[in-house]
Amino acid sequence: MASIPLFLSAAFHSCWLAQAPALETSKSSPNGLEALLQRLVHSYPAEGTWWGAIAAMLIACLAVFAFLNLFALFAVWLERKVSAHMQCRLGPMEVGPHGVLQTIADGIKLTVKEDIIPRVADKVLFIVAPIIVFTGTFIRFAPLPFGDYLVASDLNLGLFYIAAVGSVEVLGVIMAGWSSNNKWSLFGTIRTATQMVSYEIPIGIAFVTVAVSAGTLSTMQIVEQQSGWFWHWFVFRNPFLMVLSIIYLIASLAECKRSPFDLPEAESELVSGFHTEYTGIRFALFFLSEYAAMYLVSGVAVVAFFGGWYLGIPVIDRIGAAPDSSALAFVIGLLIKAHVLIGKAVGLVFVQMWVRWTLPRVRLDQMMSLCLKVLLPISLACLVGSALWDLFMGSLASGKEYSMFFWLE
Amino acid sequence: MTGSGIFNQVMFWLFAVMAVAPGFGILLAKDIVRQAFWLLLSLVGFAGLYLHLGADFLGFIQVLVYIGGILILFLFGVMLTYRMDVPLKEVKGWGLVFPGIIAGILTASALLYVASRTPWNAAAKATAPTVSAVGSRVMSTFILPFEVISMVLLVALIGATYIARRKEDKGRSEE
Amino acid sequence: MEAILLESVLAPYLPAFLYFAVVAATAAGFLIASRLLGPRRRDPLKLSTYECGVPLLGGTRDRFSVKFYLVAILFVLFDIETVFLIPWAVEFRQFGWLGILEMFIFLGILIIGLVYAFKRGALKWD
Repeated sequence: MASIPLFLSAAFHSCWLAQAPALETSKSSPNGLEALLQRLVHSYPAEGTWWGAIAAMLIACLAVFAFLNLFALFAVWLERKVSAHMQCRLGPMEVGPHGVLQTIADGIKLTVKEDIIPRVADKVLFIVAPIIVFTGTFIRFAPLPFGDYLVASDLNLGLFYIAAVGSVEVLGVIMAGWSSNNKWSLFGTIRTATQMVSYEIPIGIAFVTVAVSAGTLSTMQIVEQQSGWFWHWFVFRNPFLMVLSIIYLIASLAECKRSPFDLPEAESELVSGFHTEYTGIRFALFFLSEYAAMYLVSGVAVVAFFGGWYLGIPVIDRIGAAPDSSALAFVIGLLIKAHVLIGKAVGLVFVQMWVRWTLPRVRLDQMMSLCLKVLLPISLACLVGSALWDLFMGSLASGKEYSMFFWLE
Repeated sequence: MTGSGIFNQVMFWLFAVMAVAPGFGILLAKDIVRQAFWLLLSLVGFAGLYLHLGADFLGFIQVLVYIGGILILFLFGVMLTYRMDVPLKEVKGWGLVFPGIIAGILTASALLYVASRTPWNAAAKATAPTVSAVGSRVMSTFILPFEVISMVLLVALIGATYIARRKEDKGRSEE
Repeated sequence: MEAILLESVLAPYLPAFLYFAVVAATAAGFLIASRLLGPRRRDPLKLSTYECGVPLLGGTRDRFSVKFYLVAILFVLFDIETVFLIPWAVEFRQFGWLGILEMFIFLGILIIGLVYAFKRGALKWD
């Protein structure tokens, strides 16, 4: 478990140490890569050359991407283990210790399988669809931080970017289902599209509420506002945000097509939904994006509600944060923060798996009325309540104490 | 265009081609669903052009509303009405070619005339977050249009509800 | 030399573009690898549409209930609403009670529509 954040931190450090010139381009970020490099190195061979900048950025992107792929492989294994242990089984045990390499073996197998395009399928769309779903899922990670300083692209509309680009994936799914020319695929498609678009509404409102509290949509700045004790996390800021964080977690299950909202690929009804006709590596692309999306929604939840890379205990969070701290303390602090953020996100991924093996699947009508009749009105009410809370507390306590646990200090 | 670096030029032409070229795809595609996916490419190109103008918020709106909303609505419409036995109507013969050419030339010349007469302002260097600027304008100068928009949305909501429900009532008696 | 990057408003998005290129190239690479490594033995049955092993029954492209369309319209409406909420949310502190009043009017009008949709039973899924 701990090896994943370690790997990520190592990859980021080795890559971004060489990336300094590129950092000058990210003017919008006060605490992006630029600051990291200023802290760590003072001169580098490729300084000031545009090819050095591009090459370094490319390596950084590869690091993020490699991490996500490895995480997806790990999550598939984890899901099988979690489900197995919840059902008093052992799960995969053969390949590697406790079967950790099982997914890699599966991946190799899927790659060397024959990939079949049905005769009646629309071939062009059939081939393009998995690429769009895969790309649409993975490019959403660009503004998602993996720790303090560790972000591929700190956009000042970060959360909005994540919400907006998510819609590309829906189109990829429609493309896959339509081009398969199979009735199971089409049923799965229309369910997926309906579910994903309707659950985007509560998610969007949750993001707006976070923006009300934070005054920004940049993921880095949102986390920065949750520093200090853990009651500064947005989830504990006021009762409305607490409700909204739960709404976000429910809606994100639906967004990822996870149980209990797995109607799009309900095995017992629709074979496997929109990717019924997909085999071999094309299926693997859908599968990888699904598990990467699990990390995405968990990561966003951590950033928006659960304090990001802050542990919530100032003594630990302040390690290496002072401007005059040594390089060693700085790197240790960086590693702790990366571990905290990724640890929280993996924890939420585990919760998603736990829910999957606990709850039965909901019906289509229940799924829709949950979204439109329960989540939507509640989230709108929470938006209003949270805005009023901030305004009221702001005027009451001279804009300092917004948290509902401020009396603890 | 803002800036004149090579990177800027490359990105501009990339987005411009991406915005315009799929138009030919839409014209030539036989299947209406394929036309929708060509449209996807074109909309992404336009979003890129907005980004290029420094209007990042507008660019993301383009992606969220047009790609995530309108295009999905369009595809749903196709799926709702799709019939295997009615392919896209293919018009044979030359009867529509000359009217088409004339209409095309007229439209193109009108557009060129307008484009050559418009005093194009180079966009200001909008590196500050545009969303805050939009926010303060919407809350102060453009407050009336802003509230009117909610009325427009209300009308759309009521209309959609009314139509969908009426069809539903009729459909039930048939079942 | 880095001036060619700095001059553009697109500069902050450069990592995102590069990231996009990396992801798309990898996806295509996976497909090509599979094409090169996998066997290619076609037969008519293998290429037929999957229908749980029985011969195909009925058309593959059925028509759907209009309710799905209504959901999509609702989504577009609330999408636009969210889009208008975002600039307000970011600038909300500056306008204080006035800003919140303006937004309540905006939201209130939309909520009237939502209540109407509930009352008409448009969201009933049976």
